[in-house]
Amino acid sequence: MTAPRPVLDAADIGRILTRISHEIVERNKGTAGLALVGVHRRGVPLARRLAARLAGIEGGPVPVGAIDVAMYRDDIGMRPPAATHDTDLPFDLSGRVVVLVDDVLFTGRTIRAALDALVDFGRPHAIQLAVLVDRGHRELPIRADYVGKNIPTSMDEDVQVAVAEIDGADEVHIRTREELVG
Amino acid sequence: MNKHLLSAADLSAFDIRRVLDTARHLAKVTDRAIKKVPTLRGRTVCNLFFEDSTRTRISFELAAKRLSADVINFSARGSSLSKGESLKDTALTIEAMGVDAIVLRHGASGAAVRLAGWVQAHVVNAGDGTHEHPTQALLDLYTMRQHFPSLAGLRVAIVGDVLHSRVARSNVLALKTMGAEVTLVAPPTLLPPRVETWGVGIAYDLDAVLPKQDVVMLLRLQLERQTAGYLPTLREYARLYGLDARRLAAMPGHAIVMHPGPMNRGVEIAAEVADSIQRSVVTSQVANGISVRMALLYLLLGGPAVAEAEPAPAAGQAVGT
Repeated sequence: MTAPRPVLDAADIGRILTRISHEIVERNKGTAGLALVGVHRRGVPLARRLAARLAGIEGGPVPVGAIDVAMYRDDIGMRPPAATHDTDLPFDLSGRVVVLVDDVLFTGRTIRAALDALVDFGRPHAIQLAVLVDRGHRELPIRADYVGKNIPTSMDEDVQVAVAEIDGADEVHIRTREELVG
Repeated sequence: MNKHLLSAADLSAFDIRRVLDTARHLAKVTDRAIKKVPTLRGRTVCNLFFEDSTRTRISFELAAKRLSADVINFSARGSSLSKGESLKDTALTIEAMGVDAIVLRHGASGAAVRLAGWVQAHVVNAGDGTHEHPTQALLDLYTMRQHFPSLAGLRVAIVGDVLHSRVARSNVLALKTMGAEVTLVAPPTLLPPRVETWGVGIAYDLDAVLPKQDVVMLLRLQLERQTAGYLPTLREYARLYGLDARRLAAMPGHAIVMHPGPMNRGVEIAAEVADSIQRSVVTSQVANGISVRMALLYLLLGGPAVAEAEPAPAAGQAVGT
């Protein structure tokens, strides 16, 4: 079977991140007081790349952190325990504008957990959300401030994001359940 | 992971790695301003302790509380046990009150296994007689991994009263699972029968063994062993098997000293060795105990109630929405 063409390839993802970084600068009138926090796992490398672009646009470094939501999920006890990762926030959140970064926005439950986790570390001035893909099907009143691409999906499809740092390549695919099982 | 943790033998290398990795991530909760995550909200953990214990009980209690579980502490003293209630009736009474996990410390070997057959709750063995103390082994392995890149091939000497030591039994099982090379060092009277079938090295001369070790783990010598005839005198034991400054100097420069506590200073470990900041990791063992027990409670209680039939998730499988 030939591999289906990705919905987004490496060049698309690069352009999206560049655009989102400009939107972040525009909306926040610069990068002062800004911090990026990636949601494990694939949000973390995306946050690092956005931070590098922000530094390129405005000059000053933007602190980057990583947050693990396994301990804050709302389905604990309903499925096998989720794998844990390091939460690493090497800066004080209080008073900052935190841009939360994730790969796919779906039900919104991961972001809900991430918001709970974040406020355990301090009281940010504001939290914004950047996602590479918004696939719809929200179950909570959560929306993204910066969206790479809106990809309408059905519930029996899955959006798979690959990033070079973890998966060896930058690609976004949509796969159906059958493809995943098969 | 199984539903219960009764023996270190229940844990595969995958399970041990998962507990230790999870513990490493959870250790950071202790460094936060708010030392708590909401993970086990609404779950209840009962510490059922039929033997005196300070560090293990407090460690389990803190671990459960940092995960937001409710904790009941039950100790034999001042309870219905002094009225003659059996372990089974006590356990069923506690379970009837809606407990999700029972952490059991009991003087009888095999008590945890019996308990697991009676109750629906998860059972964690926190020391049963001279049999096992698996969470101690896990926190010891975690501590070793902080100092060495890999447990495979690590040379570990376990020194002292192996015969009566549940710490030694659990450590031997877990260390062997991870591929470490274990040597037991003790006078012949304090080695269990058929110890040669354990698949570990056995030595009687501590001085001959020390220069080759990465880890030297000393066991607590219960002082009543002398009166029971296992030892001629405590002084002789200390001279032959106690770790003092001279013996510490004979160990490789990178080697660490461990002790499960409580220590008998001047018997199995000299005070200057116990207090050696460079070599003794005794206080990190205590701190690590909390993270390891948090990891264990999360992995046992964080899954669905029918966890027994649950297939283990594939290694490194991404979980997210």
